[in-house]
Amino acid sequence: MPHDHHHHGADGLSPSGHPYREDNDAPLSYWQVMEIAVRELMIEKGEVTPAQVSNQIDAMDARSPANGAAVVARAWSDPDFKARLLANGSDAAREMGFDIGPMHLVVVENTAEVHNLIVCTLCSCYPRNLLGLPPDWYKTREYRSRAVKSPRSVLAEFGVDLDPSVTVRVHDSTADMRYIVLPARPEGCEDWDAEALAGLVTRDAMIGTGLPKQP
Amino acid sequence: MSLSKGTQVRIKAMTPPGHIRTPHYLRGKSGVIERVLGAFKNPEQLAYALPAPERTLYRVRFEMAELWGDGAEAPADTLDAEIFAHWIEEV
Repeated sequence: MPHDHHHHGADGLSPSGHPYREDNDAPLSYWQVMEIAVRELMIEKGEVTPAQVSNQIDAMDARSPANGAAVVARAWSDPDFKARLLANGSDAAREMGFDIGPMHLVVVENTAEVHNLIVCTLCSCYPRNLLGLPPDWYKTREYRSRAVKSPRSVLAEFGVDLDPSVTVRVHDSTADMRYIVLPARPEGCEDWDAEALAGLVTRDAMIGTGLPKQP
Repeated sequence: MSLSKGTQVRIKAMTPPGHIRTPHYLRGKSGVIERVLGAFKNPEQLAYALPAPERTLYRVRFEMAELWGDGAEAPADTLDAEIFAHWIEEV
């Protein structure tokens, strides 16, 4: 709704010289109305309680790439765990206490010879239980189409320049699996414990669009 | 049909309507079974809340040269995708 912005300068910019962002007060979409209607009906009929709904939202918001980083760091410091993680990602993550739900996790390992990249061309499948919400770019048509056709160009744009001798393996999450990349452990952190190692593991390193931080 | 790791396969080039989890860019393309994932409910029925029979799901590995021809950035790079058994034929 229109209202006065007394703080606007004559040129419509903020005092620091940035354009103002439009207010986020558009009418609800069809699907937003549908969600509210179904939620209210389910609460009215006693199928769920408002507390259950907000607890679930809190649980989903609490997931972050720190979960995945802890899994990667454990794999870097515990060869037996790494073997279990590569054999069955879901069970190994559960072993660390992460609520994986019904997710089937496939862990793909980066080495000196292989670099893995994760995409979901059909929608936006993402290992949310271990990485939280996907970044906006992961859901764009541009990333989804270019990651499968021109992965090396996409990687270069993310700042990952691979030697031509490295094989790129792209993983399209088309059905029931979710994927996470186990990045190669950087040199120079041989005596670090798992907690310190986790600090090197970025979200993008676990999608494959990045590399771990260097110690 | 029982396929195992390494079996040469081709993805069927059909275009049924509905909720299909086989991307168009893989239809008609050849690859190899990378691993057998097990039985999962067929999303083509599940998406419509219909009784969904379980189908075997595979990971199929394709070479970029097969998918994009001369347009491939690096012909030996690979793409893996999950494909249900009824979309796969042995070659």
